[in-house]
Amino acid sequence: MASIAGKKSGLTWAVHISVAALVLLWLFPTVGLFVSSFRSADQISSSGWWAALFPSEQNEVYRTADPGDKRVADGDIFVVTGNIFEGAPRDIKAWGVSSRDVAAYQPGETAELKDGESVTLQPDGNYVWRGNDKQISGRGQRIFITATVPPEFSLENYTTILFSGSGQDNMAKAFFNTLTVTIPATIIPIVIAAFAAYALAWMEFPGRALLIAAVVALLVVPLQLALIPLLRLHLGIGIGKGYLGVWLAHTAFGMPLAIYLLRNYMVGLPRDIIENAKVDGATDFQIFTRIILPLSFPALASFAIFQFLWTWNDLLVAKVFLIDATGSTTVMTNQIVELLGTRGGNWEILATAAFVSIAVPLAVFFLMQRYLVRGLLAGSVK
Amino acid sequence: MLTDNPALLGLVTIVIGVGACLGYFFFSNVVLDKVIFPATGPNAGRNINRANMVRPWLFLFPAIFALSLYLAYPVVETLRLSLTDRSLDGAFVGFENYRKMMAESKFWEAVRNNMLWLIVVPAASTAFGLLVAQLTDRIRWGNLAKSLIFMPMAISFVGASVIFKLIYDTRPADQNQIGVLNAVWLKFDGGIGSVLMLQVLPTLMYLAFAAIVAYVAWLFVKDIVAKGQDRSVWLLPLRLLVGVAGVWLVWLSVSSAVGVWITELPYGEPQTWLTLSFWNNFFLMVVLIWIQTGFAMVILSAALRGIPEETIEAAIIDGANPFQIFFKIKVPQIMGTIVVVWTTITLTVLKVFDIVFAMTNGQWETQVLANYMYDKLFRANDWGIGSASAIVIMLLVTPILVWNVYNARKEMK
Repeated sequence: MASIAGKKSGLTWAVHISVAALVLLWLFPTVGLFVSSFRSADQISSSGWWAALFPSEQNEVYRTADPGDKRVADGDIFVVTGNIFEGAPRDIKAWGVSSRDVAAYQPGETAELKDGESVTLQPDGNYVWRGNDKQISGRGQRIFITATVPPEFSLENYTTILFSGSGQDNMAKAFFNTLTVTIPATIIPIVIAAFAAYALAWMEFPGRALLIAAVVALLVVPLQLALIPLLRLHLGIGIGKGYLGVWLAHTAFGMPLAIYLLRNYMVGLPRDIIENAKVDGATDFQIFTRIILPLSFPALASFAIFQFLWTWNDLLVAKVFLIDATGSTTVMTNQIVELLGTRGGNWEILATAAFVSIAVPLAVFFLMQRYLVRGLLAGSVK
Repeated sequence: MLTDNPALLGLVTIVIGVGACLGYFFFSNVVLDKVIFPATGPNAGRNINRANMVRPWLFLFPAIFALSLYLAYPVVETLRLSLTDRSLDGAFVGFENYRKMMAESKFWEAVRNNMLWLIVVPAASTAFGLLVAQLTDRIRWGNLAKSLIFMPMAISFVGASVIFKLIYDTRPADQNQIGVLNAVWLKFDGGIGSVLMLQVLPTLMYLAFAAIVAYVAWLFVKDIVAKGQDRSVWLLPLRLLVGVAGVWLVWLSVSSAVGVWITELPYGEPQTWLTLSFWNNFFLMVVLIWIQTGFAMVILSAALRGIPEETIEAAIIDGANPFQIFFKIKVPQIMGTIVVVWTTITLTVLKVFDIVFAMTNGQWETQVLANYMYDKLFRANDWGIGSASAIVIMLLVTPILVWNVYNARKEMK
């Protein structure tokens, strides 16, 4: 705005920095979950996830080979040589031979022990341990090292959650259940609402304004009110708890927003097109399917995304109308809540399960953000 | 056999559902035009008119059916249930359920917490949303920033609860903290940095909040005091209400600002944040604010873009600084949108269930109405009190409902 007047605002830098700070603050929680889902249980419980991104210093204990068959005589002195790392090298920062001072020596230095016994450790882990017959016997010498360990991540948690886990730890079934709930519950309301929206937008009939007002009113009715009466209804007419019930419920609960969004969009379409088609003898059904539906694609997409996100993320409707005592139709949100209860401390399971459940909505969000924004702008009652 | 495979069942449902809908619309139109009112013969003209009178209802019927059965009927039925007792075979008991509910301390706890949510969450989300919308308006990577702040909108309340439970996690004092909040908290040791961050800064924030509230309340009240304005008598109670609420909030924030200096903070001890009564409500609210800020930002950002450039240019020429432009030129012009955002978030807050259910389940004095209702319905199996609390939620929503309908009708004219 300041640039309109031809001068650059001195606040520009402050603006850049504050926006960056806000974005980081908003991303931080999700990133924490994401990073944690790639760490093992031990890693998660021993350090914060933010430490996982950088090399960390760890103290480790190794032992030289046992002298028994390995020692080599060199005059009176016996020598054991070898490498303390067996295939897993570390970047040694310091080392020691006693638990009281684990960082007494630098790599490459020689530790002089009592009576001429000595240990030398090279940076690559090669050691030379020398001493007399008595000193070089029994078990191997302990060596303490302080090493920098590079960040370590694995896909193991995802394998557990998606494939190999047992019982509650396995989300594969819940994932498919969620999909099974979501897709019909997204598509069917669109079809029904589109016809209604067309009638409310382009057909003249008494009571139209009243119906639109009713839709606006129903837009805000809390679905909490619907729980008991509808559950009673479903149980009464034999639908019971199951997919059919949850599809019907989601279809109806999404209907006010669908009609509202689509009507507002359709009303804005040019009148000429519709009137020309009527003059050419098209029926309302033809006008709707051939002209209105294709032109309304952006609004249909907006609503589809809303309904998809809402049904995918829903917990309450699924708990009331879908999940029965056997729990075989559990959805991901419900399984995560159960995991929070039973595996509250197992963050590797929780973080991965949560991330599996939010990955699909996030993908949809980033791919179709344009339509989501458009829908939000049209859907908030002005 | 079909029910063994839910995915297949889903697919079949889509085909049947969509097919049935399209089939219904197509064939009902055919029947109407060819069989009932054929556009041929001696009455062709009259028949076409008749058919066109019936057709809208053909198009509307499935939607009206779904809306009335699944949304309108439950409102009435819940009202009826709230006046009956399930254990007495649904006998009419008048306001007995409401009386029992009012006698429960858990209910009042839920009401109190809901009020707190209703004040804090919409205010904070709208303020953050407005801040981000304004800041990103000027910079080149604004769209990227907005998209990242908008992202939590796609995350379920349950997923967000897990995310924030990790942030609030607590370990014993001798272990590494894995929750960010405790890790940061343990950095404070009571030194000068702690005083600045935990006492001076909150005090300033409380006082700034008090100032803003006082200013807004004054805007509402000053028309009463001003002479020669006798319009809108029915707004008088509203203005007085805002004034009283404003005084109360100012008092609350000033006393909190004093409280910051009196309380002894337990430095060096890891805290179990979700069990700190009263404050834990705010830790739950943060989750919803985190999600809703993106929504507020998107709408307010579009509103800011819609402000006529001339008004801003004129202000710049008159020598207004960026803050004056923002508060005196931009904010008044988008006030309508701010109200819309505020009410929409208010609706979300009234229905908030998943966050409380997943994070504390109403323990440690964090109960809210929606979770209280769920508790009554499906744990205590008390449909009377459950329905009564649902009606309370409905009553709280009603003013917004009326306001929305009023505006929508005004807009259509």
